[in-house]
Amino acid sequence: MADPIRTTALTLKAGGEDRIRALDLTLSARGTTVIMGPNGAGKSLLLRLLHGLIAPTSGTIHSTGRQAMVFQRPVMLRRSVEANLLFALRRGPYAQDAENKCREMLTEISLNTRAKQPARSLSGGEQQRLALARALSLGPEILFLDEPTASLDPTATLAIEKTVQRSADAKTKIILVTHDQGQARRLADEIIFLHNGQLCEHTLAAEFFEAPTSQQARAYLAGQLVL
Amino acid sequence: MHEFTEAFRLAFALVLAGDADLIEIVGLSLRVSLTAIILACFIGLPLGAWLAITRFRGRGAVLVVVNALMGLPPVVIGLLVYLSLSRAGPLGSFGLLYTPTAMIIAQTILIAPIIAALSRQVIEDLHAEYDEQFRSMGLSRRETIAALLWDGRTALITVALAGFGRAIAEVGAVIIVGGNIDHLTRVMTTAIALETSKGDLPLALALGLILLVIALTVNALAMSLRRKSHSFAHG
Repeated sequence: MADPIRTTALTLKAGGEDRIRALDLTLSARGTTVIMGPNGAGKSLLLRLLHGLIAPTSGTIHSTGRQAMVFQRPVMLRRSVEANLLFALRRGPYAQDAENKCREMLTEISLNTRAKQPARSLSGGEQQRLALARALSLGPEILFLDEPTASLDPTATLAIEKTVQRSADAKTKIILVTHDQGQARRLADEIIFLHNGQLCEHTLAAEFFEAPTSQQARAYLAGQLVL
Repeated sequence: MHEFTEAFRLAFALVLAGDADLIEIVGLSLRVSLTAIILACFIGLPLGAWLAITRFRGRGAVLVVVNALMGLPPVVIGLLVYLSLSRAGPLGSFGLLYTPTAMIIAQTILIAPIIAALSRQVIEDLHAEYDEQFRSMGLSRRETIAALLWDGRTALITVALAGFGRAIAEVGAVIIVGGNIDHLTRVMTTAIALETSKGDLPLALALGLILLVIALTVNALAMSLRRKSHSFAHG
């Protein structure tokens, strides 16, 4: 199991502005952490910092364990559905039995009948399911998801959420960015609420939705425009 | 107009008769240019991919040089290879001057920068799309290059085709380092140049027509390959 993720005075400056401002965080090693906040709050930047895709201007991040990430727009390799999954499987803990695991995972995400088709011919929801399966095939102990259902219909969203919940139940740490309050209520164990790169709240999900302490979070939950 | 009619007649006659000299010339042209394009791809594709994904001090200058090399006059390359392979040159002891190998070397030097420069642009665009995904998956630089080259294969076929077109149509370099020796280094372009200078325009035109047919055939083959991989690229 991965250690808890800790950040100390995590700061990111870009274009002469502070995009992430001295964040001190400790995320539990298990469960689902949902990062929320209005546009430009720094949610996706924080996710990328935690995953190591971008380097902080200052401050430190401590995390251990295998990681994988699902992006808002799934990046499909110019290959078949099966080849997309095998590409990741051969780099993860299932490398020895990649072909069998591939068939098993494609059945799980209901894409087994389309294994030989070009991945880019799939619908948005199917591509995102494949992207999620590809990330999980790396055997991550921490799974980062950046608004994975942002442009999906309810059926596709449900399929993604079920897989995410199964992974969380299987002790994978989930860190999810979403704008969708319903999704956050369904999945989150704890909430991080950001505004202008600053940490406004970091609390249990039930407490956050019941009684948010910051004015920005209250306004956000009330559906007001948070500037 | 008469020359064209005569050229068509002669071209068909030569092809139908299976003229041994013609087959030898066409065969050598293909052998030299196909070998050169394969070698140039082995050099140019990894180099282009490496330039596409690597950031280093002076990269801009390197890109300018590689791009400029695309426009190198073939006769200059021919001259440099000639000087290198001639008896007094650094590689003179290998005795390669006026051999098909010398022609392959010259054509490889001519088209490797074209392959590198064009593939660099193709791979750079692809890399912009895949970069975060690959870094998230922890791919090494070598794995990244291999994956980008494979996924960019549709466009890279066109790049290779451009290189082959340049090689098969090239005359300046191969005539200098090959010498246009009958039954040894005579290829279609040098034969056309020779027959034109001799005033035998129908034979020159006939060879030109065969060259065009080869170019069309190679393009058609590449297009069918391209179409097949295009479906995987774009669904």
